Amino acid sequence: MRELKYWKAVNEALSEEMARDERVTLVGEDVAAPGGPFGASRGLLDKFGPWRVKDTPISEAVIAGLGVGAALAGLRPVVEIMFFDFMGLAMDQVVNQAAKVSYMSGGRQRLPLTIRTICGAGRNNGPQHSQNLEAWFCHVPGLKVVWPSTPADAKGLLKSAIRDDNPVIVIDSLSLWTSTESVSEEEVLTPIGKAVVRRSGADATVVAVGAMVPRALAAATQLATEGIDTEVIDLRTLSPLDRETILTSVAKTHRLVIAHDAVKPFGFGAEIAAMVAEEALEELDARIRRVAAPWAPVPFSPALEGAYYAQAPEIQAAVRAVLDRK
Amino acid sequence: MSAIAPAPLSRERLLELYRVMATIRRFEEVACQLLVDGKITAGLHASIGQEAVATGVCGGLELRDLILSNHRGHGHCIAKGVDLRAMMAELMGKASGTNRGRGGSMHIADSAQGILGANGIVGGGIPIAVGAAYACRVRQSDQVVACFFGDGAANEGVCHEGMNLASLWKLPVLFVCEHNQYAEHTPQNVHAAVPDLAVRAAGYAMPGVTVDGNDVLAVLSAVGTAVKLARSGGGPTFLEFKTYRIRGHFEGDPQRYKPAGEQDRWKERDPLKLFTEYLTGPGGLGQPPLEAIKQDVENAIREAVAFAEAAPLPALDEVTANVYAES
Repeated sequence: MRELKYWKAVNEALSEEMARDERVTLVGEDVAAPGGPFGASRGLLDKFGPWRVKDTPISEAVIAGLGVGAALAGLRPVVEIMFFDFMGLAMDQVVNQAAKVSYMSGGRQRLPLTIRTICGAGRNNGPQHSQNLEAWFCHVPGLKVVWPSTPADAKGLLKSAIRDDNPVIVIDSLSLWTSTESVSEEEVLTPIGKAVVRRSGADATVVAVGAMVPRALAAATQLATEGIDTEVIDLRTLSPLDRETILTSVAKTHRLVIAHDAVKPFGFGAEIAAMVAEEALEELDARIRRVAAPWAPVPFSPALEGAYYAQAPEIQAAVRAVLDRK
Repeated sequence: MSAIAPAPLSRERLLELYRVMATIRRFEEVACQLLVDGKITAGLHASIGQEAVATGVCGGLELRDLILSNHRGHGHCIAKGVDLRAMMAELMGKASGTNRGRGGSMHIADSAQGILGANGIVGGGIPIAVGAAYACRVRQSDQVVACFFGDGAANEGVCHEGMNLASLWKLPVLFVCEHNQYAEHTPQNVHAAVPDLAVRAAGYAMPGVTVDGNDVLAVLSAVGTAVKLARSGGGPTFLEFKTYRIRGHFEGDPQRYKPAGEQDRWKERDPLKLFTEYLTGPGGLGQPPLEAIKQDVENAIREAVAFAEAAPLPALDEVTANVYAES
């Protein structure tokens, strides 16, 4: 075991997968000589050379499309879109092209593409560098969307994404970038499509992803002092959604809270709530609660951003509400 | 007839060029009729009048080279070697189609023939072509990638992003601009700030040429130069081929936007007419067996239609098949 920082876990995943398979390449803004805008690709240019690790101009559409073409022509490319918000510039290549290769070809083509992007939320990065846009991509058949919350999963999910023969969007929370955990030296491939129960509990289920997971766990710790036993599910993969883990938990606790940093209306929490209501309404002893950002872009001012994202107290309040406690 | 004097081509090669052009012409005519007859549903963008570009470009490529095509791409795919029967079946939405009926006319793909895919998004294939060329470069293969797009697509942002990147990295891309004078229903002087789009190539430090796209030998010659440059690591070329689409943007388009006389002037420069005149004229092949070739073409297309009509429709469970590839 060793202490592994989140960003180093990403770096290790890239390095190991590129060493293992010469078809894996990394392309994006500032990934090569600068070692990544936040250090994720430090050292890779020296190890793998200037064709496999390449700095691009600021051209998100062509960066994404380059990934599509390279994957169609024999590589297993990783492309980076620096901030989640910039996916807007790459939408055609991601949604109309990458997502549809397998289906539109009747299964005769496949697209082993990984798109890495960073969510800048919680770092005073302002309205255009802080968005949680995962619902857009979860809504597109053909894409997979994963979002780790720990260094071990950051490494394991990125490795799995690179080995997946489908277009996988891997989102990292900037606010978790320097978080640390004890991680095994052994190679672990975190399965895509499998959530994990981070804290087992009997009284209520809280479903979260990415940077919200530590806040959900903090809420659970506080609630335990009040005699409330909270089960916290870390989705890890948003699409394809692990319905089984969610439904099994709801069948046990009968109370569901979904917490996310994306704005509440039309967020992925809506999908989980609708799915549970459709499949297991009779299991619920209380209404479903969603804890999420309000209907507004992300404000810059630290005074405002602090109030914008739900924190542990808001999650605690929601759990107490589904238990009819004050 | 040719503005650019090509290297002498063998009789076999010349007749093959004719055969490909005749096949495209007849396939498109038959497909348009099948649309009228209701055997093919909407979404047909015929390339009648533009056969020389597809034929000349693919004629200058090898099987191992790759193409990205567009919504007006049947000709590109035929010239690159797609099976006519499978393509006709795809147009009819059959399970035996190139894409198992899942894509249709605008998405024909056949990786075995180097047809990475046709695209329904104008300009959508350009970034993909750049990526495919990058892959060839990483794999140290001497393949080249030809990307077909129109004068309309040349104004998409991705065309500029793609040209910049391909030139910077010296990627083996042929940017093939089929300038057919119209972007959908809008003429080029209303959609482009310059009449000859190849001038933009200089802005990206790559060679740009404007060529008579209805002269198949001129097309072939220009492509030869570009392919040689690309294969030797010299980077991309912007090839602008001036041509004209005799039919509408889509089948059924009433074409009210075409000024009187314009279509007739271009019909005088029909690429098949020009090439026939060359082959049968002085400096040509004397009395080449063009009628026999046309009959072979007719038979091949009839066979394709029969195959497609007899082919099964996809089963209903295919609605949700292959959304993901199994690893």
